[in-house]
Amino acid sequence: MTDTGYDEWLAAIADGEGYYLACPDGHGSLPPRRSCPHCGAAELTAKPLPETGEILTFTEVHVPAPNFADEAPYMTAIASFGPVKLTGVVRDLPADEVDLGTTVSVGVGENATTDEQLLVFRPASE
Amino acid sequence: MTDVRIAGVGLTKFGSHPERTGRDLFAEAALAAREDAGVSRDDYEEIFYGNFMGELAEKQGHQGPVMAEAAGLDCPATRYEQACASAGVAFRQAVATIRSGAADVVLAGGMERMNNLGTAEVTQSLAIAADELFEVRAGVTFPGAYALMARAYFDAFGGDSEDLAHIAVKNHANAMQNDYAQFHREITVEDALESPVVADPLTLYDACPITDGASAVVLVSDDYAERHGLDAPVTVTGSGQGGDKAALQDRPHLARTPAATKAADAAYADAGIAPDDVDVAEVHDCFTIAEVLALESLGLYDHGEGVGAAARGETTRDGDLPVNLSGGLKAKGHPVGATGTAQIVEMTKLLRGDHGNSDAVPDARVGVTHNAGGTVASAVVHVLEVDR
Ligand SMILES: [Zn+2]
Repeated sequence: MTDTGYDEWLAAIADGEGYYLACPDGHGSLPPRRSCPHCGAAELTAKPLPETGEILTFTEVHVPAPNFADEAPYMTAIASFGPVKLTGVVRDLPADEVDLGTTVSVGVGENATTDEQLLVFRPASE
Repeated sequence: MTDVRIAGVGLTKFGSHPERTGRDLFAEAALAAREDAGVSRDDYEEIFYGNFMGELAEKQGHQGPVMAEAAGLDCPATRYEQACASAGVAFRQAVATIRSGAADVVLAGGMERMNNLGTAEVTQSLAIAADELFEVRAGVTFPGAYALMARAYFDAFGGDSEDLAHIAVKNHANAMQNDYAQFHREITVEDALESPVVADPLTLYDACPITDGASAVVLVSDDYAERHGLDAPVTVTGSGQGGDKAALQDRPHLARTPAATKAADAAYADAGIAPDDVDVAEVHDCFTIAEVLALESLGLYDHGEGVGAAARGETTRDGDLPVNLSGGLKAKGHPVGATGTAQIVEMTKLLRGDHGNSDAVPDARVGVTHNAGGTVASAVVHVLEVDR
């Protein structure tokens, strides 16, 4: 399946060139978008994602849906990257080292169950 | 604008009925509501029906006409899909239709069949209420989403898993007096805390069960009730709906549900009441933390104060503001697309005095129902008042 807008965005993150969409008022959002979800402005400009983000909340999922059957238990988190928040799977970080405020970088990984690309948070390199 | 009265209500027993078809479940609830109402079959003008995952569970789309037949009625029927708030929005449209004068008698209800699917398939099906691109692909399940909110809540306001356990204990205790509830089993705080982790910090006893069931409500105009001498003491005095961003990541605060605040503010204004006037509430506790978020969004508690309400005995059966006397979604069960009108059924019976727990609220005049979709990207609130 092709999801134009989203696929290009994920590929850019994989290449280390992640971006978000900014409206004239500074609200951030993610593609595919034709208007700002926060104020309705139609003029959206791609801006680079901050290099690192901060975990705002997380959960270790023990009962997965079939699309994550081979991953469980796995850690899903929401992290803030400047004006946007991203939701991803935490990897390369022991569960007991994940906490609110933990600094992470964002990249792309493979879902072991579906082979699909997914958004992944990894420990930010110092 | 005419007042809207509730003339009849009906439920199936909630539980695991994997062998029963959706149409059979809805037929049972609709026929019970029709019998309770005592309205002539020819007078029904429209059906408003909620269902979430019928395509996945029964490979059945276009359920409106199927359910009209099941209900034994010959009138237009439309299905509403709004995740766990499907029947809530169906009911809201039914109220609006009568208020507009377009109809005098309508049936609103909902049905969900879930247990014919395995746990994994149900988990996948429920996840479609989340944002597919930005949440489901990142492993967010339905319990996972509420776990993200629970951890954010603990961080922002305090509270802990033990506070949540008290909510589960309360709702299981309340379900003991509800013949229609899925569980008739009291639990302890220790049971809840020691149950298996689903998505930390939430355990199995923080979560509602997987439920098959249906609910139905007959609504009539005030004029119709008077003309036909119906015994319909409960009036729908307020209706409100609110919306939010679909994905948690697009919301400014991860431990608040402003869609429910918008719905409540609209419903209270519509009814001309304030939160202080509420005597009893049925709220959407798909997870224990959801009851907390509901109480705070409804203005019944300040942010940060709702989490301890059950532990302090304020929302228990004997408390000042009993919440989820039905047992809530937690113990009564949560047939997703039927829950919104099931709450209306429970509240109607609580107020008119024929509920197993009516004796806990003998003087209650104002009841509020709160039905939420997904992580409260949709919320519907209704105010019901009884003639006393
Ligand atoms: Zn904007």
